Amino acid sequence: MREGSLLEMRGIYKSFPGVKALQNVDFTLREGEIHALMGENGAGKSTLIKVLTGVHVKDEGDIFIKGHDGAVQIRSPQEAQRVGISTVYQEISLCPNLSVAENIFIGRGKGAGVNWREMNKRSAELLDSLGIAVRPTQQLASCSIAVQQMIAIARAVDMECSVLILDEPTSSLDESEVAKLFKLMRQLKERGVGIIFVTHFLDQVYEVCDRITVLRDGQLVGEYEIENLPRVQLVSKMLGKELDDMADIKNDSAGYKDDGSTPVYEAENLCSTEGIKPFDFRIRKGEVNGFTGLLGSGRSECVRAIYGADTVTSGTVKMNGKPVKITKPKEAMKNGIAYLPEDRKRDGIVGDLSVRENIILALQVKTGFFKPFSRAKATEFADKYIKLLDIKTASVNTPIKSLSGGNQQKVILARWLLTDPKYLILDEPTRGIDVGTKVDIQKLVLKLASEGMSITFISSETDEMLRTCSRLLVMRDRKLVGELTGDQLTQNTIMETIAGGDRK
Amino acid sequence: MTKRLDPNGGGSVIAGLFRNQIFIPFAALMLLAIFNLVADPSFFAITLNNNSAGYPVLSGQLITIIDNGSELAILAIGMTLVTASSRGQDISVGAAIAISGSVLLRVLCGTDTRPETMQAPIIVGFIVAAAASMAFGAFNGVLVAYFRIQPMVATLILFTAGRSIAAWINNNELPIVPGEEFKYFGGYIPGIPIPTPFIIAILCFILTWLMLKFTNIGLYSQSVGINEQTSRLNGLNPELIKLCTYVILGLCVAVTGLIKVSRLSTINYSVIAKDIEMDAILAVALGGNSLSGGKFNMAASILGAYVIQFLTTTLYKFDVQATALPAYKAVVVIALVVFSAPVVREKISRLAKKLRAPKTAENHA
Amino acid sequence: MKLRKLLSAAASTMLCMAMVAGCGNSAPAATQAPAAPAADNTASSGKLIKVGIINNDPNESGYRTANDKDLQKTFCKENGFDASFAYSLKNDEQITAAQKFIQDEVDYLLLSAADTAGWDTVLKDAQTAGVKVILFDRTIDADESLYEASIVSYMAKEGQTAVDWLVGQGLDKYEIIHLQGVMGSAAQKGRSGALDTTAKEKGWTIVTQQTAEWNAEKAQQIVQSAIDSGKSFNVIYAENDDMAKGAVAALDKANISHGVGKDVIVMGFDCNKWALEELLAKNWNYDGQCNPFQSSYIKDIIDTIESGGTVSQKTIIMDEKGFDASTITQEDVDNYGI
Repeated sequence: MREGSLLEMRGIYKSFPGVKALQNVDFTLREGEIHALMGENGAGKSTLIKVLTGVHVKDEGDIFIKGHDGAVQIRSPQEAQRVGISTVYQEISLCPNLSVAENIFIGRGKGAGVNWREMNKRSAELLDSLGIAVRPTQQLASCSIAVQQMIAIARAVDMECSVLILDEPTSSLDESEVAKLFKLMRQLKERGVGIIFVTHFLDQVYEVCDRITVLRDGQLVGEYEIENLPRVQLVSKMLGKELDDMADIKNDSAGYKDDGSTPVYEAENLCSTEGIKPFDFRIRKGEVNGFTGLLGSGRSECVRAIYGADTVTSGTVKMNGKPVKITKPKEAMKNGIAYLPEDRKRDGIVGDLSVRENIILALQVKTGFFKPFSRAKATEFADKYIKLLDIKTASVNTPIKSLSGGNQQKVILARWLLTDPKYLILDEPTRGIDVGTKVDIQKLVLKLASEGMSITFISSETDEMLRTCSRLLVMRDRKLVGELTGDQLTQNTIMETIAGGDRK
Repeated sequence: MTKRLDPNGGGSVIAGLFRNQIFIPFAALMLLAIFNLVADPSFFAITLNNNSAGYPVLSGQLITIIDNGSELAILAIGMTLVTASSRGQDISVGAAIAISGSVLLRVLCGTDTRPETMQAPIIVGFIVAAAASMAFGAFNGVLVAYFRIQPMVATLILFTAGRSIAAWINNNELPIVPGEEFKYFGGYIPGIPIPTPFIIAILCFILTWLMLKFTNIGLYSQSVGINEQTSRLNGLNPELIKLCTYVILGLCVAVTGLIKVSRLSTINYSVIAKDIEMDAILAVALGGNSLSGGKFNMAASILGAYVIQFLTTTLYKFDVQATALPAYKAVVVIALVVFSAPVVREKISRLAKKLRAPKTAENHA
Repeated sequence: MKLRKLLSAAASTMLCMAMVAGCGNSAPAATQAPAAPAADNTASSGKLIKVGIINNDPNESGYRTANDKDLQKTFCKENGFDASFAYSLKNDEQITAAQKFIQDEVDYLLLSAADTAGWDTVLKDAQTAGVKVILFDRTIDADESLYEASIVSYMAKEGQTAVDWLVGQGLDKYEIIHLQGVMGSAAQKGRSGALDTTAKEKGWTIVTQQTAEWNAEKAQQIVQSAIDSGKSFNVIYAENDDMAKGAVAALDKANISHGVGKDVIVMGFDCNKWALEELLAKNWNYDGQCNPFQSSYIKDIIDTIESGGTVSQKTIIMDEKGFDASTITQEDVDNYGI
């Protein structure tokens, strides 16, 4: 091992039935550094992490860890933990029905007994030091996704680790939470902990990381010092081609004009049981608008109310000027509304079903109980969209859960595009997916809009929304507080509106 | 794209076979068949003789299996759907059969326990019995779907009370249905040498196949069983779908009840179809279906039901000591369930692939 | 939360309904009972004698149904009794019921125990509380001093009567299919024991010996299996009527004649009415009684105790008959059929 290295992986190979996930990959982590692991979906990031954490056993190659002579064998997550490797995964892997404290301490007990008071006390201290505002006795499921993620990190931090792996930890955190996390990461770095940071947020990479390792198609592209790798080059290395200038996809026809035409969808005083204030909303043919606001500001709840996903308590809705009743998803679907939900795993995919079945599901429901598609017809539909959206899957029969996150998202997008909606709602369609796919989705949104589809687009990344939306609705504290169009569509105005102009 | 290997292509036919869900019940059936063939080939003898009514009927161990296994196979249809959609099992089917049988007796015999003739046409009796057991199915379904009670707990109510309700329907009497034609359903229709229960089962299979082909019950129940939230957001009504599967199971129960009552023209409320719920659940498990819901393979469940009957008949045939019978059954069942576990199947298929791999290479060379 | 509560209410209603269904149907029988003059009763002061009756579930079998009906008929208000009933097939539930009856200060505790063991403590409690215990139908493993009397069927005797009858048939060869009840139950032990012993002595062949667990369907399958395997047999010894019925269904299917003067002798137990009718029609050959009518015996004992007498015999074995198809009469069917 080289001087200063904490972890070295040499010549790692790993393949799964049908896929060579890793080929001859090297990776080095030094003491006290934050090292970004970058790559598109399917580049092998997750596999590399899983090899390192013992979820998968490598086919070939050696792993060296400081303080251990020779190559170490990591065959299970327990073994990984024993050599000092802790992980926080992208998908929260805690037990929702246990308390926060139990989740922090689960599987770490040395003896048989549990000292509940001690456990709760230590949890409280830990959570306090990280500034996470939850009671240790609270049930995990009652916390928001963001908080659950923070708890997962707290758990990993509390374990004595020299290597901390953060796999997409920030995808469900808002900015202040991200800042807290970064603060924590820097603290750990000073203590000499090596952090492997997997993320899709380029800004975040450039904010905290020291080095970047880029993977592509299961192979190593290279390792770079952060200051020697400008963003554009990073992106082109990840994609393996020169990137179209991202600014190019800025909506040319961006100017939002209230042309007085009948809105495709129009709601007045819409309100649901999820605690949002009644709001008015309308969208015209070919328009792309978006809800923005901090996490928990009610932007998702608004679109859920539009779709009838939550129980609608009041409001009148018109589609193309005609009053309609939308209280259930089915009614929304009948009226040509499609909704891609925020939480892909919980609300989007039907994990065990095949890609084909996942793609046809919505259209099938719309078509009717007594009119199932033939297998051939379903395959035809699926194949069409697999090609159109470039979904990477072994076959249409593959269960969707074995696809990578970005490809799962594309399958769900395909599901809704197949229903040929008039109005498409996309809630965080780009969360947790790679840069290439993000750009694809943004382009697709603009293309669909130019073909006459109305689209509501929600994203945590403001620049993404600026690039696609011609009108932004700003939410604060579960209330619609502003509407921005044209020249107002800048980062600064949005920030100000979110923060609230009346605040001193 | 070049990295991807087609899992179904080339040399992995065997691996594919192992991965297919129906492989396990099929292999179990073959093993049992081979065992019997080696031990005593006369097991497979089928003869055509007259029964006491003077009509030719087929008889032999195999006929006994398809005869007595049919009730279980019919139940397995409903149990598979219930398992898929509600991620749990209905343990009240035995008691429900008692109720449905009791209703049938009540309608066919009226208030007289020893009527000279049937008091109502059989079809009327069956329709009333089916309505009753579908109502009880709906009762279970409502508890599971709308009140969100664990299926086993919800159906425990009827499991406990069902046989008493059955006895109460007939005032605790055990009426006997008069007439030969009622015996057709559990015996033989004159002139047809195949046992009627098997014919009824085949009809049920065809109906199920049509149902799965011409409705979306399969996709919907699986989708609901795997992810209720997603299903709801895609316009499904998970509660209604669960309820439907329980009502379908109720219908299966009524058909089974008809066969059971017809076999002896009467029933004993306390022992009729005793423990059949466990066998029905086992059939689903043997078919390689996950008992925690989601994806299912109907044919595998049905085959699983006949495997259980094959096993029972084999044990009877070899006169296994009465006290040891459950132990033998348990050993075989454990082996089958372990082999049908997805983890084990995956391992086997990988092994098969490895064994096969060198050969494939040669072929390509 | 609200739903949960609603549900539990619904569930308990269901269970109550079931219990009513279980025992309520016997109520009409009780009211129909001849209203014996109250003066007949020893408690002529007009005070009713409180009895707590713990029995097995009446739905368990025809035997139990008849037994329960008989008890309900005898221990009614008209006869000077205030009777409470508790039913369970589980010993621990029965013990709980017994404790409750003792707390309720019943005068007599009538008990048909599900299990033979585990009754010592509760019977001692009864003794302390001055509750007199009478066992019926089933004995228990407890000191004789803990109960007044035990009225039982002697299963081994029932079995022996049946086997003696079979010996008396003087067949050239004995090839027997033996269908057993639930293994370990008193009836199974008694009825199997008699056949096993005699078969060994006389060198009879037991073609198949299998438990059908009192279940007609299982019995049918077992006999079917014997037929399919080409086994030769000429006697079906079924330990209850249901199993005999199942066996006969299998015989009919294979066109094997059975009954008086036919190929196969069919024997059953319990004397269900429908079974005795089969005897009358000469389709079966023999049915052994298991007398469910203990109530008159029990009442005699209570009357004796109430009038200050002593019970001379602790264990009272009831009269039980065996019916032969060639001699049975319609009168027998009406009197002894349950």
